[in-house]
Amino acid sequence: MKLAFFGGIYSNSLALEAAIRDSRNRGAERLFCLGDLGAFGPHPDRVFPLLIENDVAVVQGNYDHSIGNDLKDCQCGYTDPRDNYFAQISYEYTYENTSPENRQWMKELPREIRFEVDGRRILLCHGSPRKTNEFLWESTTSTHFLEKLADDYEADLILGTHTGLHWERELSNGRRFVNVGVLGRPENDGNTNVWYTLLTLENGKCDVEFVPLEYDFRQLAREMREESLPEEFIVTILSGWWTTCLEVLPGRERRSGRF
Amino acid sequence: MSMVIEDVPKVALKALDELWFQVSGTLCNLECSHCFISCSPKNDSFGHLSLETVQASLKESVSLGVKEYYFTGGEPFLNKAMVPILEETLRYGPATVLTNGTILKQEWLERLRAAEDRSGYTLEFRVSIDGPSPEVNDPIRGEKTFERAMLGVEKLVNAGFLPIITMTRTWSDEEDQKVLAKFKDVLAVHGYSRPRLKILPRLKLGAEAERSCGYTQTERVTPELMADYDESQLVCNHSRIVSDRGVHVCPILLDAPDSILGETLVESMQPFALSHGACFTCYLYGSICTNASSSTRE
Repeated sequence: MKLAFFGGIYSNSLALEAAIRDSRNRGAERLFCLGDLGAFGPHPDRVFPLLIENDVAVVQGNYDHSIGNDLKDCQCGYTDPRDNYFAQISYEYTYENTSPENRQWMKELPREIRFEVDGRRILLCHGSPRKTNEFLWESTTSTHFLEKLADDYEADLILGTHTGLHWERELSNGRRFVNVGVLGRPENDGNTNVWYTLLTLENGKCDVEFVPLEYDFRQLAREMREESLPEEFIVTILSGWWTTCLEVLPGRERRSGRF
Repeated sequence: MSMVIEDVPKVALKALDELWFQVSGTLCNLECSHCFISCSPKNDSFGHLSLETVQASLKESVSLGVKEYYFTGGEPFLNKAMVPILEETLRYGPATVLTNGTILKQEWLERLRAAEDRSGYTLEFRVSIDGPSPEVNDPIRGEKTFERAMLGVEKLVNAGFLPIITMTRTWSDEEDQKVLAKFKDVLAVHGYSRPRLKILPRLKLGAEAERSCGYTQTERVTPELMADYDESQLVCNHSRIVSDRGVHVCPILLDAPDSILGETLVESMQPFALSHGACFTCYLYGSICTNASSSTRE
């Protein structure tokens, strides 16, 4: 069985459309999204019909929780004033451009999704199983911490997103943690593509494939400009380098970026 | 107004996410006037931790699922075993060291950078500099300490690290943005073009209590304040610290007799009563000891 997992969409409906098509072409039978539908990009309402019409099962992200519950910010936990400035522009734009029906839809999304394939217990969350807005970065998450999460939450495979960077760690007894990456923006590596994850479960084996996805990023940049979104966000889409919300990056991940 | 003892809210350890080490005890090459545990070259009330002591706690931490390790003092790099301790720690998980930056050696940093690359975990340096100029910093931390700490920052940047500059707020909250902007300009001159900065609140304990004033009896966490409060903002909800006397509840209350909760990590995993004035500061500001990359602030 092949499953596709999409991380934060951040209103990038163009990448979502491309990911749905690409994953279906590669044989994905079921599609999942791990939350953060809005933020950063233009026209947040364009994401919802794609998810609904394509039967994408969705976990609630911190952004979805905030917008759905009419909170005042995205709960990303920034303290840096520049980060907060840009996060707030993005949040207010997204809130104002998300219909009340779609806000209500986000409010009702589940915090986690659990299912089994061939006896393998799979747990989908946004940040971590214990907290929606917990950042699990590759360089700041010890392996024994992940082992404990897998024990405590009785899961063989935990999939999350939230940080914006894909990675995975093998655990004991064939268990695994996977950060599926995000569709919303590139990975701060100077490339414009975004990432999603394919999981193949066959004959007791579990294969994780991180898929680099090309999409019409120039069109996205044009739409962002038309909506007067900050030039800093557009630079990220066109260059592949993160320009804002950098405070929460650990040293190792920050070092590999440009800013 | 005095507190009735049974009114003191207790906080349970939800998970031991961050394990701290008081690795150089209360020994420091500096004698800052705001130090909340009065560290100095002569204060040996807490001593250095050996590599073996740290190793024992690292081993114990595995089954408890500790996520990250932090090292503080005093000045950690006064401990002769500091480089091997960090090399060993990076085999277990990410490490953060809180230093005054004045005694760093390039060869140590090169070794540590290699250890970081081997491990895949991040090694963070938090350098304490209490203002963007000698005029602000030196009266607190000592003569020429601004210049010496900036040299330390240069060494860290040369070794490929991106140090987090932490400053204790000795100005009014409204001046934060001005101070941060000035600090960024100064760091750029010293070759650090994308600095990471963190402002910390003052803790009115130790030398700082002498310098300004201690906590008043009304500066306490009450049961009413804990209603609807996110306990994960409190350090004692997710951390413990190892000293040469045992395992304490948090790095801030090291000097308080009731801060020692046991000999081992497991023994220390009991609830703690928020009876101290510093608990009130922790309550007000939240996540004051943890790095931004681990913040889950609401």
